[in-house]
Amino acid sequence: MAKFKMHLLICGGTGCNASQSQEIAQNLKNGLKDKGLENEVQVILTGCFGFCEKGPIVKVMPDNTFYTEVKPEDAREIIEEHVVKGRKVTRLLYVDPENKQQVADSKHMGFYKKQLRIALRNCGFIDPENIEEYISEDGYSALAKCLGEMKPEEVVKEIKLSGLRGRGGGGFPTGLKWEIAAGNHADQKYVVCNADEGDPGAFMDRSILEGDPHSVIEAMAINGYAIGATKGLVYIRAEYPLAIKRLLTALEQARTFGLLGKDIFGSGFDFDIELRYGAGAFVCGEETALIHSMEGMRGEPTFKPPFPAQEGYNKKPTNVNNVETYANIPIIINKGAEWFNKIGTEKSKGTKVFALAGQINNVGLIEVPMGITLREIIYEIGGGIKDGRQFKAVQTGGPSGGCLTSAHLDTPIDYDNLIAVGSMMGSGGMVVMDETSCMVAIAKFYLEFTVEESCGKCSPCRIGNKRLYEILEKITKGNGTMEDLDNLANLSRVIKDTALCGLGQTSPNPVLSTIENFYDEYVEHIKDKKCRAGVCKSLMQYVVDPVACVGCTACARNCPVNAIQGEKKMPHVISTELCIKCGACIEKCKFGAISIQ
Amino acid sequence: MAKVKLAESKINKIKEICANFGNLPGEAINVLHKVQGEFGYLPAEVQEVVAHELNVSVAHIYGIVTFYSFFTMLPKGEHPISVCTGTACYVRGAEKVLDEFKRELKIAVGETTADGKFSISCLRCVGACGLAPVVLIGEKVYGRVTPDGVKDILNEYRNA
Ligand SMILES: Cc1cc2nc3c(=O)[nH]c(=O)nc-3n(C[C@H](O)[C@H](O)[C@H](O)COP(=O)(O)O)c2cc1C
Ligand code: SF4
Ligand code: SF4
Ligand code: SF4
Ligand code: FES
Ligand code: FES
Repeated sequence: MAKFKMHLLICGGTGCNASQSQEIAQNLKNGLKDKGLENEVQVILTGCFGFCEKGPIVKVMPDNTFYTEVKPEDAREIIEEHVVKGRKVTRLLYVDPENKQQVADSKHMGFYKKQLRIALRNCGFIDPENIEEYISEDGYSALAKCLGEMKPEEVVKEIKLSGLRGRGGGGFPTGLKWEIAAGNHADQKYVVCNADEGDPGAFMDRSILEGDPHSVIEAMAINGYAIGATKGLVYIRAEYPLAIKRLLTALEQARTFGLLGKDIFGSGFDFDIELRYGAGAFVCGEETALIHSMEGMRGEPTFKPPFPAQEGYNKKPTNVNNVETYANIPIIINKGAEWFNKIGTEKSKGTKVFALAGQINNVGLIEVPMGITLREIIYEIGGGIKDGRQFKAVQTGGPSGGCLTSAHLDTPIDYDNLIAVGSMMGSGGMVVMDETSCMVAIAKFYLEFTVEESCGKCSPCRIGNKRLYEILEKITKGNGTMEDLDNLANLSRVIKDTALCGLGQTSPNPVLSTIENFYDEYVEHIKDKKCRAGVCKSLMQYVVDPVACVGCTACARNCPVNAIQGEKKMPHVISTELCIKCGACIEKCKFGAISIQ
Repeated sequence: MAKVKLAESKINKIKEICANFGNLPGEAINVLHKVQGEFGYLPAEVQEVVAHELNVSVAHIYGIVTFYSFFTMLPKGEHPISVCTGTACYVRGAEKVLDEFKRELKIAVGETTADGKFSISCLRCVGACGLAPVVLIGEKVYGRVTPDGVKDILNEYRNA
């Protein structure tokens, strides 16, 4: 980055890409050319900055100015004002929702203050399609260090000492996994990167691959050296075209630079990586299923043991790690296990990336040290609940996890604490909900997902989850009984104990944790036939308040089924029989006269 | 489903794709990705040719096609609509948006309109949760979609 005096970083992540960041970059480039500045100011399309809520983002370096919600037509002003005259374009600066002040640079934004970026260290800073930028940020120096100065067992030892645990959900100690794979001897071993990212509502791994693909490639090569494997495979979702493209570009560049292929750094170590494409099956994130899918079969899990480290891809010892786990490896080798070890809690070291989503002001990608509390995440980083509503619950661990409530706001987040309160870390989905979310409906939402994604191999999962779903459906329709509630809990326990793979063993968690934390809401649905969040349609009735109604007819004109009757300037009435509960009238009434009861 | 008679040129195209993967059964998924990319969907007749080329049973290929949701045996509309029903979009109202598309087009999820213009499907998280709820039409991403905005989006394509 040396020869330019200024850099314009534009987010090229999926979110900002969708809102025209390519055009912005092009306009900036054209604008610089017009001013003859193209050799002084460089335009770089980076990976996700994390602050997707206010995208597209343009960041100006070296002064860290952080422009949000930039439009292609703003490019001219950024160049004429900021680049040429050195004056910030204040209307594009981020406004702090608390004090309504403009924030001049990213260092002073609440969103970034509490974050610690290790796995995401390069996302939003470098051009992911240019290997030289990665190299200038110490890229591939960890691989050089391993090949040049460390024995394979020393590499394993360093990772073990760091305390790194798998970020794909299970939290298995990474160093131990490598040690087991290293100890199994075979003529061929494999290293697999799990980039299947199935949790619906999470995009951590995708962002790493889009923003810093070389860190994963470097880590896989280190992994190969440590366990004695010469082949690497990345199993990636076909639904991630941008990540695939950047990964392929990165692989090609690494080969050209001699960082993959034969005799890397003259050490005699050979290593190369191929891609395998997933085809939209959540269960393929489970490692045995993933391996079967890579072999070209249906992705059905098989019983463990044998573990992949013993008998994996093509029946050879295989080490499977998650994308984010890998992204941590090079920096641990460079900075040392001791450094990593100091971050986090006693049993969970380092940081975790979360995809923060839902009813929260700052939706985006965050990386925080283990041990941070939910309160800090939601209110300081996340900027609080949207539209000033009340916090109700946060879901972690996706379809395998559970819901936490305000009682857990001060629990330090790590693997073990989350399990203790009935949820789990999972891969990093974190969905925040306010009082407009119905917890019974949320449990049903996840069960619907599980039923769709169950591979059908074992009956507890195939049949049991379907029954759970049906009971939840019955309750949300207002036909539930208190006995159903007991059945839900009992059946959940049986499924957990008897299902073959991790999918079935964890699928009842959303049900159990919502019953545990929101028992009253279940009872209300069953006994009072009420859904306090107004989500369960069968339990709702739309009613016009005859006093508040001024008879403007707006509602009647917008009702798709003509369920609203009334003369002009007279109170209107909704026919419960005809009403399909679409909610259109409530949005149209400017007088707040329509309510759900 | 009505039988589709495949043209000679199409059969040759499939054979060529299979050959590029060495006609290896282990490459079945990669082959199907490429073939679907070529034809847009994977009707039974296409699966038969693939099975024959890779020297596996048609049931084996059918088993793969039906297992993975990315593969489809039905042709999509000219403008395939995919509504994201991932968690982030769900809690920000994706269901209402989906209902509106269904009502506007008078088709259910997985169906195509009679004129072949639109089809609706659901997918889980396209990685743009910051823009939730998200809808894709073809490759184009629409963010912060409201039920009210559905008509406008459709109109962009209706007269096109
Ligand atoms: C149903 C199911 C889905 C999973 N999905 C993923 C996934 O999307 N990504 C992932 O890395 N691990 C996933 N896992 C965990 C993997 O089986 C495996 O533990 C992980 O990839 C190991 O890597 P790690 O130790 O680095 O976390 C899933 C497990 C189960 C049971
Ligand atoms: S638990 Fe579910 S996904 Fe896992 S093997 Fe059994 S049926 Fe398949
Ligand atoms: S909710 Fe929809 S169907 Fe019912 S009265 Fe209002 S506009 Fe009409
Ligand atoms: S929109 Fe509101 S005020 Fe107007 S007629 Fe309907 S209920 Fe009455
Ligand atoms: S995609 Fe641009 S900030 Fe996340
Ligand atoms: S859940 Fe819809 S884009 Fe992520």
